[in-house]
Amino acid sequence: MTAPDVLPTADATRAATDGSPRARLTRAARSVHVDRRFLPVLGALVVLLLMFAVGGARYENFLSGRVVSNLFINNSYLIVLAVGMTFVIVTGGIDLSVGAVVALSGITAASLFQSGWPAFVVIPLVILIGSALGLVVGVMVHVFEIQPFIATLAAMFLARGLCYVISLSSIPITDPTIVWLSSTQIPIGDTWTITPSGIIALAVVAAAFYVLHYTRFGRTVYAIGGSEASAVLMGLPVARTKVLVYVISGTCAGIGGFLFTVFSRSGYSLTGVGMELDAIAAVVIGGTLLTGGSGFVLGSVLGVLVLGLIQTIITFQGTLSSWWTKIFIGVLLLVFVVLQRAIAARRR
Amino acid sequence: MTAWKTFVGSKIFWPVMALVALLAANTIKTTRFVNIRVQDGHLFGALIDILRNSSPLLLVAVGMTLVIATRGIDLSVGAVVAISGAVACSYIASSADPTGVVTVLTAVGIAAVLSLVLGAWNGFLVSVVGIQPIIATLVLMTAGRGIAMLITGGQITTINSPPYKIIGSGYWLAVPVAVLISGGLFAIVAFLTRRTALGMLIESVGINPQASRLAGVQARTIIWTVYALAGLFAGIAGLMISSNVMAADANNAGLFIELDAILAVVIGGTSLAGGKFSLAGTLVGVLVIQTLTLTVTILGVPPAVTPLFKAVVVIAVCIMQSPVVRARIASRRRVPVIAPVAAKVGA
Repeated sequence: MTAPDVLPTADATRAATDGSPRARLTRAARSVHVDRRFLPVLGALVVLLLMFAVGGARYENFLSGRVVSNLFINNSYLIVLAVGMTFVIVTGGIDLSVGAVVALSGITAASLFQSGWPAFVVIPLVILIGSALGLVVGVMVHVFEIQPFIATLAAMFLARGLCYVISLSSIPITDPTIVWLSSTQIPIGDTWTITPSGIIALAVVAAAFYVLHYTRFGRTVYAIGGSEASAVLMGLPVARTKVLVYVISGTCAGIGGFLFTVFSRSGYSLTGVGMELDAIAAVVIGGTLLTGGSGFVLGSVLGVLVLGLIQTIITFQGTLSSWWTKIFIGVLLLVFVVLQRAIAARRR
Repeated sequence: MTAWKTFVGSKIFWPVMALVALLAANTIKTTRFVNIRVQDGHLFGALIDILRNSSPLLLVAVGMTLVIATRGIDLSVGAVVAISGAVACSYIASSADPTGVVTVLTAVGIAAVLSLVLGAWNGFLVSVVGIQPIIATLVLMTAGRGIAMLITGGQITTINSPPYKIIGSGYWLAVPVAVLISGGLFAIVAFLTRRTALGMLIESVGINPQASRLAGVQARTIIWTVYALAGLFAGIAGLMISSNVMAADANNAGLFIELDAILAVVIGGTSLAGGKFSLAGTLVGVLVIQTLTLTVTILGVPPAVTPLFKAVVVIAVCIMQSPVVRARIASRRRVPVIAPVAAKVGA
């Protein structure tokens, strides 16, 4: 359980150095000179901890390794989607196609397995489908200068339509590799567990963290988000980077689709409707600005965990109807964007 | 000849061509397609169907055009459609006299006022709080369907009220009432924006909010107004949709209508970057989308595959409108590639 431990503690130490209980957050931040960029991420972390505290106080067995493990496992596909989305949003774009790509790679995998293809061919293939669609979007955005919103909307319709061409009904998957992937639980300690899907998600997070924050490519992504014109004048490879972020997001959507297939052990054309909005909401709650130029991979992971925890709390409560999830997510989104707005206004 | 050249060079050319091509394809497939007959004093025919099915989308798209012209976007219209239908149907279902005209008018009034308020809420977030439009309206888009579910209690509320049915499937002077409502509102908006300075003010806010504010344009009021209008129009569209099936479905009413509306606006040649807008273009865009949907059905393709055809048309139209391709097609005298870049820097 080394990797998941790293995630919270990295942020926790950062929070700890502020000496920050919630109420004194901004004051402390100002006195300790925390970089303002981290404030929205810290906000997400505080909300997450607060939700854990409230849940732990209200429900028995809430603060258990199993709940936290399940949070990771059940949201592994969304984590991957949000990480890919972060790249696109940091450049100032948006990717509406990821939900449909999840469905497309799921239904493709299911129908290929049905016709007896081996797993070692199918898995890379369905991920590559995502990359290919991402490439198409990237070319539309960069070469033909179609706004990202419209280009990815078209890609969403394209992927969704292709799903229906492949199959209108749900296809179950009986392939032994997928069954093994979905049923394996690796216990860590007494109550913690991790699944192969969780490991894949964490690997994607680690890779994305490195690429976005520690490579030249990552800096270019931020530069484009800050000001594309300046990035061009600085001689950065804007064209290549802009296309690549959509390929990354598409690939992540392909991986997310594969993880969702493992999770549901079937492929269905209607899966992932609205999933792109969950991913965008997670990215925004995680402190990435939709205008581009600012954001963190780990913030997006926190955002996904916050969304997942809302669902968990509503399940634990038991008396609330499922539509309260949507209302809570909406309210939380509102609180976060207003908070970000306040921070941005003070910076000026 | 020059008029033709202007038309070919204009952004509306390719969408109109797409519409003509679709209509031609349908007519070749079934010659009855263009027939319009009068039966029981009502107009019937495929073309009338297209117009009637377009009505809710046209309303939403007109509101969306104005919002997009101010450099915004409204993702919440689908949720507002669901809420408006849910409120009206719940009110009628719970009233003592579901078939009464007064009940229906009250229900319509409540739904319209509520959608206006929801639109104004979006406008408040965008113009006063200063949140980016896409995320400000995403809040209501996410929460809105939950609210609609809350109103209907998670059920599909069905009603039986002849006066309410008129909104979606009634006829007046042989023309579907829905077409009259959306056509009338379209004409009013077109008149207000093109025969008064309002349209120009909206465009100026979209091109450069700062400069227009300095020039004395009340940018905040204008932005607020367009979002409120978009909400109101979405609410009326919601009434039409729920009246058409005489039920409020909080989950599926108006699902993806925001995306269709945005597509219609973009197909019509209005840029998502704000500024110049074309209501006529939006009308053509809406008709293209609806004709496409009907064509797919006529051709006997499963309706579920419609998104695929939508994607093909959208990609084709957008690529034909893109600066690179337009530069290739246009004569050498014009330098269209420079224009958008300059506009971007200017903004």
